[in-house]
Amino acid sequence: MTETSQPVRKGVPIWIQVIVWAALAVLMVIVALGLKRSQQGTVAPGDKIPDFTLTFFDGYTYQNQPQVNLSDLRGKVVILNFWASWCKPCEEEAALLEAAWKSYEADGKVIFIGADYVDTEPEARGYLAKFGITYPNGPDLGTKISQFFRIKGVPETYFIDANGVLQYVQIGPFSSEAQIRQIIDTILAQ
Amino acid sequence: MKKNIFALVLTFLLAGLWAGSALAQGKTPTDDDVNAVASQLFCPVCENTPLDVCPTAACKQWRELIRLKLSEGWSETQIKEYFVAQYGARVLAEPPRQGFSWLVYIVPPILLAIGAYLVFTTLRSMRKPTPDVAQVSVGLETTVDDDDLRRVEEELKRLQ
Repeated sequence: MTETSQPVRKGVPIWIQVIVWAALAVLMVIVALGLKRSQQGTVAPGDKIPDFTLTFFDGYTYQNQPQVNLSDLRGKVVILNFWASWCKPCEEEAALLEAAWKSYEADGKVIFIGADYVDTEPEARGYLAKFGITYPNGPDLGTKISQFFRIKGVPETYFIDANGVLQYVQIGPFSSEAQIRQIIDTILAQ
Repeated sequence: MKKNIFALVLTFLLAGLWAGSALAQGKTPTDDDVNAVASQLFCPVCENTPLDVCPTAACKQWRELIRLKLSEGWSETQIKEYFVAQYGARVLAEPPRQGFSWLVYIVPPILLAIGAYLVFTTLRSMRKPTPDVAQVSVGLETTVDDDDLRRVEEELKRLQ
């Protein structure tokens, strides 16, 4: 006759095990989301761009307002250019963008907007003056707009159609004014 | 006479206060002053590079901005708040104690505490057998009765 009493296992309490596994699961989800986001690239053509507000530098306005909401620009093709005064490639395209803006400004169907990415205001103003940029420009405060577009650097330019849908993304500087005009004309023709 | 002395003292005091404020505003911040603030901030463009040691042109601009703000009498906190407003909370070397960032402060101590508890319990269980096991072994001893013992002894004798 043998006694068959089950040995009682004394280990980590079940509630601690649950907490540990739950914490690990949450941690892994956070890491996975971070990795996914970092590998995602910029927003893609075809994406609907949600509304954002850009407050301009002093001296710049759009329809006499010191700021603009993307939603106010429905019906126009929006060219959103991210730049910075410390960015040398931005200088290559600054004059091209201004020239292109001048050729579409009177028509009213196209609007150029400059978003100054992590910059210092005196240098940014110097840059705008140096290249004679006249289209509305403002700092991307808190990098909120650039974070939405998930930009990887500057310059990057986003072409948004009249319905607020992204049509084209230019990573890096434009090589000519004709290149900019070709993209805009294609979107206008749609 | 007393009135004249009082006026003189008052004039000296006011002059002293004015001179003090002029000195505070006109003081040029040293590189150490700038770096003391810059070391608490990260370059908004480069990956994981503190602003005080970042070699890029952009970082140089930001350090000059800190120098400018310091010379204007801004405090360290005000400058950090300005940087957060301009470039986002990611520029802070120490994440703000709010919202999701709280996890940075809460999770590691909790995990450390759980780890310490696990190590402690594991070491304790390795050092001495649990009473339950001892009880089981005692239980086995009591099940060997006299008849069994006699039989075992007989078997042993036969083998000899």
